[in-house]
Amino acid sequence: MQENQHFKDHQREAKLFRNRVLVMAAFMLALVCTLIYRYYDLQIVNYEEYATQSERNRVHVQPIPPTRGLIFDRNNELLADNKPSFTLSVISIDATELTTTIELLKTLIEITPSDLGKFYKAQKQRRHKLDPVPLRYRLTEDEIARLAVNQHLLDGVEVNAELVRNYPHADMFAHVIGYTGRISEKDMDSFTPEQLQRYSGTHAIGKSGIENSYEDILLGEVGSQNVETNARGRVMRVLDRIDPKQGSDLHLHLDTHLQETAVAAMQGRRGAVVAIDVKTGGVLAAVSNPGYDPNLFVTGISYNDYKNLNDDIDTPLFNRFLQAQYPPGSTIKPVIGLAGLHTGFTDVDRAISDPGFFTLPGSSRIYRDWSLAKTGGGHGRVNLKVGISQSCDTYFWDLGTRMGIDKMSEFGAHFGLGQLTGIDVPSERKGIWPSREWKRAAKGQAWYPGDTVNMSIGQGFVLATPLQLAVMASTIANRGVRYKPQFVQRIGDKIHEPIIEETLEIKPAYWDAIFDGMAEVVHGQRGTARAYMSPGAEYRMAGKSGTAQVVAIAQNAKYNSAMLQERHRDHALFIAFAPLEDPKIAVAVMVENAEGGSSKAAPVARWMMDAYLLGYSLKADEFVPPLGFHHAAIIKRLNNYIATRNAAREGKTLDEPVKTPEPAAQPVGINAEEGVTDDE
Amino acid sequence: MSRQDFQRRMPEAARAFSRPTRLAERFHIDFFLLLLLLALTTIGLTVLYSASGHNLPSVEKQGSFFMIAYATMFVVAQIPVDFMRRMAPFAYVGGVFLLLAVTIFGDISMGAQRWLQLGSFRFQPSEIMKLAMPITIAAYLSSGHLPPRFTRVIAVLVLIGIPTALIIEQPDLGTSILVATSGLMVLFFSGLLWRYIAAAVVIFGASLWPIWHYMLHDYQRQRVLTMLDPTQDPLGTGWNIIQSKTAIGSGGLSGKGWMEGTQSRLDFLPEGHTDFIIAVMSEEFGLFGVILLLTIYSLVIIRGLTIAVKSQNTFGRLLAASVSSTFFVYVFVNMGMVSGMLPVVGVPLPLISQGGTAIVALFAGFGILMAISTEQKRVMTPQS
Repeated sequence: MQENQHFKDHQREAKLFRNRVLVMAAFMLALVCTLIYRYYDLQIVNYEEYATQSERNRVHVQPIPPTRGLIFDRNNELLADNKPSFTLSVISIDATELTTTIELLKTLIEITPSDLGKFYKAQKQRRHKLDPVPLRYRLTEDEIARLAVNQHLLDGVEVNAELVRNYPHADMFAHVIGYTGRISEKDMDSFTPEQLQRYSGTHAIGKSGIENSYEDILLGEVGSQNVETNARGRVMRVLDRIDPKQGSDLHLHLDTHLQETAVAAMQGRRGAVVAIDVKTGGVLAAVSNPGYDPNLFVTGISYNDYKNLNDDIDTPLFNRFLQAQYPPGSTIKPVIGLAGLHTGFTDVDRAISDPGFFTLPGSSRIYRDWSLAKTGGGHGRVNLKVGISQSCDTYFWDLGTRMGIDKMSEFGAHFGLGQLTGIDVPSERKGIWPSREWKRAAKGQAWYPGDTVNMSIGQGFVLATPLQLAVMASTIANRGVRYKPQFVQRIGDKIHEPIIEETLEIKPAYWDAIFDGMAEVVHGQRGTARAYMSPGAEYRMAGKSGTAQVVAIAQNAKYNSAMLQERHRDHALFIAFAPLEDPKIAVAVMVENAEGGSSKAAPVARWMMDAYLLGYSLKADEFVPPLGFHHAAIIKRLNNYIATRNAAREGKTLDEPVKTPEPAAQPVGINAEEGVTDDE
Repeated sequence: MSRQDFQRRMPEAARAFSRPTRLAERFHIDFFLLLLLLALTTIGLTVLYSASGHNLPSVEKQGSFFMIAYATMFVVAQIPVDFMRRMAPFAYVGGVFLLLAVTIFGDISMGAQRWLQLGSFRFQPSEIMKLAMPITIAAYLSSGHLPPRFTRVIAVLVLIGIPTALIIEQPDLGTSILVATSGLMVLFFSGLLWRYIAAAVVIFGASLWPIWHYMLHDYQRQRVLTMLDPTQDPLGTGWNIIQSKTAIGSGGLSGKGWMEGTQSRLDFLPEGHTDFIIAVMSEEFGLFGVILLLTIYSLVIIRGLTIAVKSQNTFGRLLAASVSSTFFVYVFVNMGMVSGMLPVVGVPLPLISQGGTAIVALFAGFGILMAISTEQKRVMTPQS
């Protein structure tokens, strides 16, 4: 019975168990169906959405920066090119790892505290945790090798190549070419969406000079590539690629030899030289001395370097030919004389008797001619030719006063005075060519006759930049045709056409008279510049000297009095053009605190014209550097140049061919991604 | 009684005697189950090769784990079921003891204290509990009348509760769920009265609030919240789910092809070779692959439940049913969590996900199933 009972129980249990298994199986079936439905929903119903999402995960569009256009001078000499620069970046995830990495890097390569400071600042601002942050720019070959050897120890350290701007002539063209710099946050904020896209792969933007004004042309068009990246953003392979379009090359009117000659002729003095191609308005040379090395700015200038440049009493960052405004002094006398001829207030032969001073009718104030202090008397009988050649102030005081402010003001404007020249680099200043309206607006005062007296010899309110003086000289040389001064001659293969701003119609005889007067300055018996300009001249030229009075510079404790005294001397000015019969080049020279326009500034003009017209800079067999001139590179180049020229003249070649600069080969584009295999 | 008499009286047994004893039966091997397991491990190694980023050593390591696991299965299959029943109390007490040891001496790895170091051998005592638990509960319940009385149900709940609590403490929510489930499954199959089940559901529902607030760790709560809305924190806790759903969904009907899954190849899938391996498989083999896998899993479970139903003793069938159903829970929880249906609780996909002791424990379970399936034949084999 007991046995039986147990057996019955056993059957009941078995039945109960089978029921439970059925219930569980049904339950499981339901859950399996749920799972299948879930996967069906993800894989079939929402397939498109997830497939798109997966593709978006996988494929990223990466911008490929275009290669920036090159800048050449008129003889295909490279003024700005691109060279690969190696940058070390660190991807850091946690702080202790970063510290050990940096300690290790310090033993391998040079890392300055300033590098570290910038690194930590950039690190705080990075947008994504895994963004590489640059730590050192411009790694040397040695450093790259040392990094490569220790690569296995340097997790999260990468070395990337990018093309950065290089200025082979360093400071010689700094004020013309300008420089590129890193795109700043401020630049980014001002970008339009289109610009943001154009610059998506580019780190540099033109900050000044040609680099800035022709930014759009130099930049080129950004390319792109679709790359497969992993979850950490590392590129696994390149899928397809649209090549970037290289920026157009610029060919400038500038002539490197002429620029070098100008720097050499300045003998290291502060000042500016501008030479203009009379027939086109093309700028042949533009020097602002001292210059600075624009290469310093390319990958970000260090605080100390910038401070040194900025605090230098010689203000190397100041663009003297574009922004320095001085009273043009006697250099404007040809324009005043021409105004007198054109308006009929004088003629070619009309002469005055110069007692050495001038007084306004009904005024006791005496205006002293410079000859009064020198010779104790005046210039005697003075006509236009003598007035110009001997720079007789009295003649022009008299002429200006009779002509009046309004006629002078109107006429001067034809030569670009008081206006922006429209040159193709930014930040030029327009000087002042006063008028009654100007004075009322600027000073709130009426125009006094004394103002006219000052204005007729380029003093008083009159201000002009060396560039404006060069334009004025060029316009005279061109007999009234005023071109817009331009640096760029050719964009890619396209000629950048000369632009005539204005053509002034004046009787040819009047131009002849002015030419005559200005030639007399250089070649005449009593010409102010004769001693400095004419000896050995192989062609005839025209010129006019001037002296710009220095407005007292700020009394600053850090300048000692000896320096101050030197810096209170007048600036020497000279404008010139040549050859007289068919002018090709016009030059304006300004030498700061050099006093004598004819003695200090005129020789520079002569060098320039010789170099341009005769095709060489000096007649000697060897370039003898002037006292205090230490620009070794230029001396060497000029000597090379002279040697080549002499050899060519004598019709024989040198035993050892002298190296002449060749147009550099186009640098091959280097992309940071070039290590990635492209297996598509 | 002669053999002839026996055959005459029990025709069914006669059939068993009349056919030759196959090798598989002699060594207590369930041939069909073995075939299914071989299929699953093959799929597992194939997917792992792709998921580990073509890492052959990692596949070889997994292969050697499978060797150990199969060996374990064969050894366990030889153990008489009755011996298992008698050893149950010792296994249980030993398991709990080891869990306590882990709490006190265990290694901390990835924020959890799960591992016990024995010489050079490191293992998780919670894995032992996955088997000790159903054996113990089945042994306890089969010793009395079924369905169990209330007091015995309470005793069972206490037996389940102690190791579960210890494993939650480690903390290892996934394993604790599996251990508790394996015990509760036995209770269910023992014929637990429906009114008890209903009452438990009500009580569980009511206790959700205190559990949420007082028992769950922050990271566990976060997992649940992320499961409810993964887009809330797409770069943090929601990342895994968003990426695994993307992997699964982008697989479509037939998948991107073996080793062509971009989500895993490009490291978008975290844990692609362990808990999230089904996402890799779904991406590369599509819905077809998922259904194939689910079919094999279902066959394994059906085979397990068939063994349970055929078993002639209560202990055997309770244990077999529990082992099979727990295996299902593995599959469902894993595939549910990776597809964003369930919270991410850290349950691997059985036989596919990379893992050491977990796989050995699973195969020991299959060994038990095989022992039970061949028990009948063992009993019927004439002893003399």
